[in-house]
Amino acid sequence: MAARLQVDQLRSALAGPFTFSLNAGECLAISGPSGSGKSLLLRMLCDLDPSSGSIALDGAPRTGINAPAWRGKVVYQPAEAGWWDPTPATHFKPEQMERVRTLLPRLGLSADKLDTEVRLLSTGERQRMALLRSLACQPQVLLLDEPTAALDPESTAAVEQLLQELMAAGLSLVLVTHSEAQAQLLGTCRMRMENRQLHDWKAA
Amino acid sequence: MNHIGALDLTIAASLILFDAIISTVLGLRLHRQVLWAAARMVVQLLLIGLVLRWVFALGSPAATLAVVVLMIAAAAREVAARPTHGLRGWAGLWLASASIGLSSIATVLLALLTVLHPTPWYEARYAIPLIGIVLGNVLNSASLGLDTFYSGVMNARSAIEARLVLGATRQEALMPLMRDSIRKGLIPIINQMSAAGIITLPGIMTGQILAGMDPMDAVRYQILLMFLLAGGSGMSATLAVYLAARSVTDERHRLRLERLQHN
Repeated sequence: MAARLQVDQLRSALAGPFTFSLNAGECLAISGPSGSGKSLLLRMLCDLDPSSGSIALDGAPRTGINAPAWRGKVVYQPAEAGWWDPTPATHFKPEQMERVRTLLPRLGLSADKLDTEVRLLSTGERQRMALLRSLACQPQVLLLDEPTAALDPESTAAVEQLLQELMAAGLSLVLVTHSEAQAQLLGTCRMRMENRQLHDWKAA
Repeated sequence: MNHIGALDLTIAASLILFDAIISTVLGLRLHRQVLWAAARMVVQLLLIGLVLRWVFALGSPAATLAVVVLMIAAAAREVAARPTHGLRGWAGLWLASASIGLSSIATVLLALLTVLHPTPWYEARYAIPLIGIVLGNVLNSASLGLDTFYSGVMNARSAIEARLVLGATRQEALMPLMRDSIRKGLIPIINQMSAAGIITLPGIMTGQILAGMDPMDAVRYQILLMFLLAGGSGMSATLAVYLAARSVTDERHRLRLERLQHN
């Protein structure tokens, strides 16, 4: 059976080549110093930056899937997500709202935060709202860049708990994190990024 | 019709000297620029007067076309260079030529073939002044639209990419900014139309009245021109912004800001 995400010799002018595979429900935890290329890898995986090499989702090569459809399945959440409207509510599609309302309390957010101006939300609230926005797309692979960097321990635990449940239901993660505890908790395999190359964790 | 002689113009030129004196007395440090700009204006206009007289006398479609192409090229260069950001390499010039060339030619052809119908329809006396005034306006709308669009793309990069990473197409991700940019391009002509006759007497109309034309005839020409300018502005801003949106993205719906440079 084909892996959920199969990455072969993926490279750009700036980083790579990267080769790894990820099954449904698995989490690849990547750590490494700032500027080592972790975000570049995530951008290449979701096809936001041009790259060569091959990448396939459940056996289907990316070249055969149009880019917006690919990004709807392999969703990238940058460390600081952008917002295009004043309040979070209008960032969701109407058909997503049911799922959003069930997930809000799981992330410790009250429903009125949806109608609070984004600039008035705390950094941590924005980060959790961004996670909610990514999850509302029902991705098959979620690419997370430091998803709990701005969160207090309680909210971090809530996010990790939710991610574990979603993994159990088949969601695959590529998780960039500086937190050793988080990498150990969520990572089913671990790699280290150095000088824009991925290395096995054990070789460290 | 009054004939303006060299002496008359010399008297009017004393107003430029007056500006230069103000600049010297108040320390505005503008006298050099005022004198230089005035000298340029005189030389440029005398030259174009000679060229036009020559082209009108020739009555050759090829000569008319050559003048029109030159004017479009000069305007396109302005449009490509004026916004704070522009496309690298020749792409910016192509985009500008396509948007203002198509929009100005289309509106002028419409005027020549359906409203003014001179014989022959490409008569230089009509075609060249018309393309000149239309170009002045479409240049303005296209560069305002492009300036707004390129600055917007640079500033709102994370908001645009936020849409893309959630599966939006480039069209969906850029549409709000494209709307803003086209709107910016259309504001000057809307202001011009609302102000015409109340706050300002448009230059063309004033010139015709001074040259002895009946005010109502002058007004009719001015109304026609305003419609042409409005149509040309809308077309050029829309074309320029759509082409720019294509140019800063690729077929995989990625934002390609490396194609932009600071002018």
